Amino acid sequence: MAKMATTTYREALRTALKEALVKDPRVFLMGEDVGQYGGSYAVSKGLLAEFGPERIRDTPLSESTFVGAGIGAALGGMRPIVELMTVNFSLLALDQIVNNAATIRHMSGGQFNIPLVIRMATGAGRQLAAQHAHSLEGWYAHIPGIRIVAPATLEDARGMLWTALEDPDPVLIFEHQTLYNMEGPLADDAGPVDIDHAAIRRSGKDLSLITYGGTLGKTLQAAETLAREGIDAEVIDLRSLRPLDMPAILESVKKTHRVVIVDEGWKSGSLSAEIIARIVESAFYDLDAPMARICSAEVPIPYPKHLEDAALPQPAAIVAAAREVVGRRG
Amino acid sequence: MNEPAATAATDVRPNLDATNRLHVGHDHDLLLLHEMLRIRRFEEKCAELYSAGKIRGFLHLYIGEEAVAVGAMQALGRDDAVVATYREHGHALARGIPADRLMAEMYGKHEGCSRGRGGSMHVFDAHTRFYGGNAIVGGGLPIAVGLALADKMQQKPRVTACFFGDGAVAEGEFHESLNLAALWKLPVLFLCENNLYAMGTRLERAQSQTDLAAKARSYLMPAEPVDGMDVLAVEAAARRAAAAVRRGEGPAFLEFRTYRFRAHSMFDAELYRDKSEVEVWKQRDPIATFISHLKEREETADAILGALNGSVADEIDVAVQFAEAGTWEPVDDLLKDVYSPRPGSDGAA
Repeated sequence: MAKMATTTYREALRTALKEALVKDPRVFLMGEDVGQYGGSYAVSKGLLAEFGPERIRDTPLSESTFVGAGIGAALGGMRPIVELMTVNFSLLALDQIVNNAATIRHMSGGQFNIPLVIRMATGAGRQLAAQHAHSLEGWYAHIPGIRIVAPATLEDARGMLWTALEDPDPVLIFEHQTLYNMEGPLADDAGPVDIDHAAIRRSGKDLSLITYGGTLGKTLQAAETLAREGIDAEVIDLRSLRPLDMPAILESVKKTHRVVIVDEGWKSGSLSAEIIARIVESAFYDLDAPMARICSAEVPIPYPKHLEDAALPQPAAIVAAAREVVGRRG
Repeated sequence: MNEPAATAATDVRPNLDATNRLHVGHDHDLLLLHEMLRIRRFEEKCAELYSAGKIRGFLHLYIGEEAVAVGAMQALGRDDAVVATYREHGHALARGIPADRLMAEMYGKHEGCSRGRGGSMHVFDAHTRFYGGNAIVGGGLPIAVGLALADKMQQKPRVTACFFGDGAVAEGEFHESLNLAALWKLPVLFLCENNLYAMGTRLERAQSQTDLAAKARSYLMPAEPVDGMDVLAVEAAARRAAAAVRRGEGPAFLEFRTYRFRAHSMFDAELYRDKSEVEVWKQRDPIATFISHLKEREETADAILGALNGSVADEIDVAVQFAEAGTWEPVDDLLKDVYSPRPGSDGAA
């Protein structure tokens, strides 16, 4: 049996970065303040001293160009990891991600592939207001040609990076900013994990709660509350937002016949809408009730805590939606 | 060290018997002329094929600017990389992508150099390290910076040549890319084709500073303007700059002053410029002026030209036949190569 040690999500990400830098000389990290500053979320703290400025590269504030340079370096034989401070800043590099990273393999007739990993923080919950707190990973999941993953656990924070680096195509990793301080036990031999499949984080028979990333914890909390009321919820962590693991989702739906989706993205034109559409397409007659969604309110995420809390999915709302879907009134 | 691209290119280009004969005793100059003629005739044929409905989508012709691609490409070796724009047929041909595969790409045929997926604006070719064909103005510059970063980190003494137009100079990525390449001393050769118009917007209407080399110099890299209508001047400047880049001195910038004789694309009514302006620039046609110089010093110029023209016409005919005979990619393959193949999957979305 592997020994367990207490670690944090941040440390798990750092261990994964170190492992990749040690294992593969083609791997390097670049982004704003990843070196001397230690990373805006301190994920890469200490790596500059250990691996030097050739492999831990502080970039100027020019998202489009250092993401594009990541694409070029991947085409040139390297295995770049590009860190973007937040998903909001990634919009400055949207052209490179959508018009180049996602298209070049198909558009070149399969001649060139882009083994690039882009990591970024996403989500709200730390009172950072509307330009540092959005959840736009669902937007990226709209785009064919890139893969989107969201580690929600220590194991995934530790294990998704290496698998993403081994993938021949661009992989975007979304790290919810409220998770960095999450602490818990992790096996000291934890290593790479698959990035293809959803995971059942809690098995149940009465309804399926489908979520990922920063809302996994809130959803598990809601499931415990529901359990005390005699409602046995299954919690699915999507892990991969593109491609979606539809077989896993449908298997759960066929078991529970009831669905609530929890997504910090907005509802309109969203990932949660996509999941509902696919369930309707493939498992409509397995449903015993209309599906429900708990998403962020359709506002730019506000600064004051009471308003931010009100804008985001919260366990109480998940519980209320679950009760409704199983036909119980609180 | 690296051989000139034109030499390297002969290995991959068919139908060179006539050219090889012409090389003998007439040196490099005739090779330059031959390359410019290939581009001119290829594109004239493309315009014709567009009108005939054989080529669709956007078609941006390089006619008038041939000296830039041909001259600059002489400074590159087989291992170097090229990043170009959506007006890149000339670069593709000068780099050594066979005319038949390029023409098949124009048709969208499966035998095209991008397997027909990209068309005129998205020419890719792994054999010649040709990384597109980019239809987002300025979008290729960061990729060129990254290719050069990979070379530097792997200690490969290679150069990445990055072509872009005066329009790209207004984009943020131009400034970000020049800054990063200079800051990290990366082996990028920035080759700006200033044809005075960003589609229909003349340089003075878009730039507070119209001296483009001055902008590059502000990032502390060597930069100079070059007569882009003179293929020998282009080649000389490109060789000098590429040699410095290859020596590890960091990036360099050349502004080629040139002019496009045709409309921006096949849909352009050219309301933004005077026909007389076009006529003035046509007096400086890089091919016509090169030929008149040749005639001044070469008694057998007419015979040489006849042979060159014949060889180019044959090559274009063969290319069109190749494209016509090409096949359409099966619709069943539509989703192929969205992702790389992995166990249990063919790469479909």
